[in-house]
Amino acid sequence: MSYLEYAVKSVPAGPRKLLYLNWPLLLLVCTVAVAGFLMLYSVAGGSFSPWAEPQIERFALGFGLMICVAMVPIWFWRNMSVVAYVLSILLLLAVEFFGTVGMGAQRWIDLGFMRLQPSELTKITMVMLLAAYYDWLPAKRTSHPFWVLIPVLIILLPTFMVLQQPDLGTAILLLAAGGAMLFLAGVHWLYFGVVIGAGVGLVTTVFQSRGTDWQLLKDYQYRRIDTFLDPSTDPLGAGYHITQSKIALGSGGWTGRGFMQGTQSRLNFLPEKHTDFIFTTLAEEFGFVGGVSLLVLYTLIIAFCVATALAVKDRFSSLMTMGIAVTFFLFFAVNMSMVMGLAPVVGVPLPMVSYGGTAMLVLLGAFGLVQSAHIHRPR
Amino acid sequence: MRRNPRELAGLQARTSRRAVLLGGTMAAFSGALALRMRQLQVEQADQFRLLAEENRINIRLIAPERGEIFDRNGAIIAQNSPSYRIVIVREDAGDVEEVIRRLTKLVEIPQEDLDRALTAMHRSAPFLPVTLADQVTWDDISKVAVNAPALPGITPEVGLTRIYPQNGAFAHVVGYVGPVSDYDLSKIDDPDQVLRIPRFQIGKVGLEARQEDQLRGKAGSKRVEVNAAGRVMRELDRIDGEPGADVQLTVDSALQGYVQARLGRESASAVVIDCESGDVVACASAPSYDPNLFVRGISVADYRVLTEDAYRPLASKSVQGIYPPGSTFKMITAMAALEAGLVGPDDTAWCPGHLQVSGRRFHCWKRGGHGHVNLENSLKRSCDVYYYDLAIKVGIDKISEMARRFGLGVKHDLPMSAVAAGLAPNRDWKARVHGQDWLVGDTANASIGQGYMLASPLQLAVMSARIATGRSVTPRLIKSVDGVEQPSGAGESMGMNENNLRKMRKAMYEVSNDRRGTAWRARITEDAFRMAGKTGTSQVRNITPEERARGVIRNEDLPWERRDHALFVCFAPYVAPKYAISVVVEHGGGGSKAAAPVARDIMLQALYGGFPPLEAYPSADRDKIKAQQERLGREMLATTGQQSDRA
Repeated sequence: MSYLEYAVKSVPAGPRKLLYLNWPLLLLVCTVAVAGFLMLYSVAGGSFSPWAEPQIERFALGFGLMICVAMVPIWFWRNMSVVAYVLSILLLLAVEFFGTVGMGAQRWIDLGFMRLQPSELTKITMVMLLAAYYDWLPAKRTSHPFWVLIPVLIILLPTFMVLQQPDLGTAILLLAAGGAMLFLAGVHWLYFGVVIGAGVGLVTTVFQSRGTDWQLLKDYQYRRIDTFLDPSTDPLGAGYHITQSKIALGSGGWTGRGFMQGTQSRLNFLPEKHTDFIFTTLAEEFGFVGGVSLLVLYTLIIAFCVATALAVKDRFSSLMTMGIAVTFFLFFAVNMSMVMGLAPVVGVPLPMVSYGGTAMLVLLGAFGLVQSAHIHRPR
Repeated sequence: MRRNPRELAGLQARTSRRAVLLGGTMAAFSGALALRMRQLQVEQADQFRLLAEENRINIRLIAPERGEIFDRNGAIIAQNSPSYRIVIVREDAGDVEEVIRRLTKLVEIPQEDLDRALTAMHRSAPFLPVTLADQVTWDDISKVAVNAPALPGITPEVGLTRIYPQNGAFAHVVGYVGPVSDYDLSKIDDPDQVLRIPRFQIGKVGLEARQEDQLRGKAGSKRVEVNAAGRVMRELDRIDGEPGADVQLTVDSALQGYVQARLGRESASAVVIDCESGDVVACASAPSYDPNLFVRGISVADYRVLTEDAYRPLASKSVQGIYPPGSTFKMITAMAALEAGLVGPDDTAWCPGHLQVSGRRFHCWKRGGHGHVNLENSLKRSCDVYYYDLAIKVGIDKISEMARRFGLGVKHDLPMSAVAAGLAPNRDWKARVHGQDWLVGDTANASIGQGYMLASPLQLAVMSARIATGRSVTPRLIKSVDGVEQPSGAGESMGMNENNLRKMRKAMYEVSNDRRGTAWRARITEDAFRMAGKTGTSQVRNITPEERARGVIRNEDLPWERRDHALFVCFAPYVAPKYAISVVVEHGGGGSKAAAPVARDIMLQALYGGFPPLEAYPSADRDKIKAQQERLGREMLATTGQQSDRA
């Protein structure tokens, strides 16, 4: 079913649309954001500056954006996907040339009131374009090699551009979310089998070759991979942060030390304590109960998104909603795994909680899209 | 595009199945995350809590010791000495104002420093130490230590700070260090971690800044245990950093001190170069300033005194100041003509006191003219008309090229701040920069080192050294880094006609050894050390025809800033040149009176390696020189005396 077959008259119109919002999803998103404000307030030593206050302002802005996006019919957004994708690619190019270097990588453009990170924007526009693509593509061509190559290029273009910055975390997110989109669209299993097989084969070969005559990488490159995979081999560098992160988490115990009582994160043991590592503060101060609560909130958000995706019968809406759910999931799954020492350290923020304007705005905009799909679903 | 509803429905069903599958996977992964959280926070909680409470490991950077700077004989120019400072931790202090009030009763701390510390404290996290007072005496530190119980949050700390024991003598060469500022960080692409250490010192000006990478060294690190309040309990292990490399200069600090004292309160500069190796043996700019003031953080009042002084103590005149070289440029004009083969040394010109060049009258400094002059005479008596004539024959492009070969208009990149390139103009340059054609009058002006021509004292000294040796001597300031000798600046032969050079040197010899030479009064009478030189007086104002008709106003009757610059370049001993010297006295008047005696005194001091015997001076001057030596001796002693107080 496509939006062309909509019984447009049965879709709510005007201010009545507000009543048809997915209210549980809206409330969940707000709850997570409030948890984020509390943590930023605590990390700053009980102060709204320098992080909590701007974060609240941006949330207010993003909330408005979400409602506006939700009010616009989903078919408009479908038609805008190509424009949005091209725009975000152009912005990525602009970063390449005019971007500001921060933390050793070129990531943002200074707009004055905020710093725009086009790579965050790309995560959503890519999902939109892929959803629109499969909405357009006739069903029987879905697994045709040529028609598979096109979305692969759509994914790889921004991936390589963010790798250039270099921003490994975003690149992984783009690849994984893009792959999930192809999977959801119904591309044949075989493709995934071959890609995964080839990947495993390549990695095995590279590691097998180590120490032999036909070694594929230089020694120092292997050592870098070692530290990346197992930070404990570099106890003063990457391993130090992971150890400290685990200490902070672990010392939280069942119920935590209490709000603003955390010592580990406040004593500057942790890097990026207001961005990528903010979960450690939450887990230290609110303990296992707090950590699991956040996890449950996240999972519920995913669940509501999946439910929406299954409920809307329009192909673009369901694919896009699932894509957004997967992207959101990847955000918190990668971040939490990294903080808990399950995955190497790559720069991925905790969604809606970490300090950062673009990620917040983009995620709220994405939830606006989900809401729009929900309101304008064919009835 | 036509759609097949049945196929589409099948695909949607597949999408839904896969969505459920993916949703399930995500939920499962969330479950796994929850399990991991349980493992860390419930099962291993005790272990981690213990680590957190009692055994917090923190990494502290250890600042590397900055490389020291020595003179060519090993005398210390810049060193590190222990300095005590008082720091406060806001969190531990509780009532900060009360604690500071008690502290100021014990130790005197300037209000300026206190205000600075208070702003810093409000901007940084409460558990970070903030410096209240730097460079505190041992007595004050003891007082603080004894009263520690009454001063919570306050700790005395020991660190290293830069000291320049020679005070002002090397201010312009070596420069100074200071705490890293945001501006410094913004200039560096990938700042070293060590720069984030509070109060870490970075080279700001001069050699300290230019050789920063060598002097700084590499930071070490130590792992320490800290308690819940962040206080260091014990050190676990440490990785020692690498101290910075020691740098030895080619400068002789005794001579440098003498030169600085000899220049005194004039606005002047002098450069002494060793002709054999290109070593810069002295490089002074007066008046100078005390770099130690900047290390501590100069007060606004002191800084204003320095910036508002018309004699510009902060400017490094020896390399940064560029002046019209005046008559000291005449050797270049002459060499260009000789090398081009357009005139012989014995060809004469008629000087009636002026020369008509394309409708404009160019005057000789001597109103009545010099009559018939050849090369030697013209240089000895500094006749201008002779050089106007030569230059017009040779043309500016050849002169400009010759100037460059002798090191004028070329940047000699010594590791000092703001080394100027000067200017040896030619037709191209004027067309490019001014968009105008080069005029014959410009050539006439250039021939006597006026007009567009500009040179720094360093360049003039290089020029003299090259005339003296015939080799393209290049100046060098750093003798060795960490004991590794740096390449010599002796240079290759310039490939000039040795006869022409000899003529040139002979003419310069006459300047200070012939009764009619312009520097006769500032000659050296010791035969072994006879000096060859050239005076220069460069105009900084235009002389109108009316003024010329009335009689040119004497320098003494002009306000200081409109007087002529006095210049002198020389080398000695004439028979086997050892040192080449240039002296520029800003607005000093005539070169023969204001600059030549200074250069002569410096030359003798360098050749004798101390105060020369009075016999080296013309007998008429000996009494005056004796008094001067006594005065300078006292002044130099006073500066070294100050040193020992400081140390």
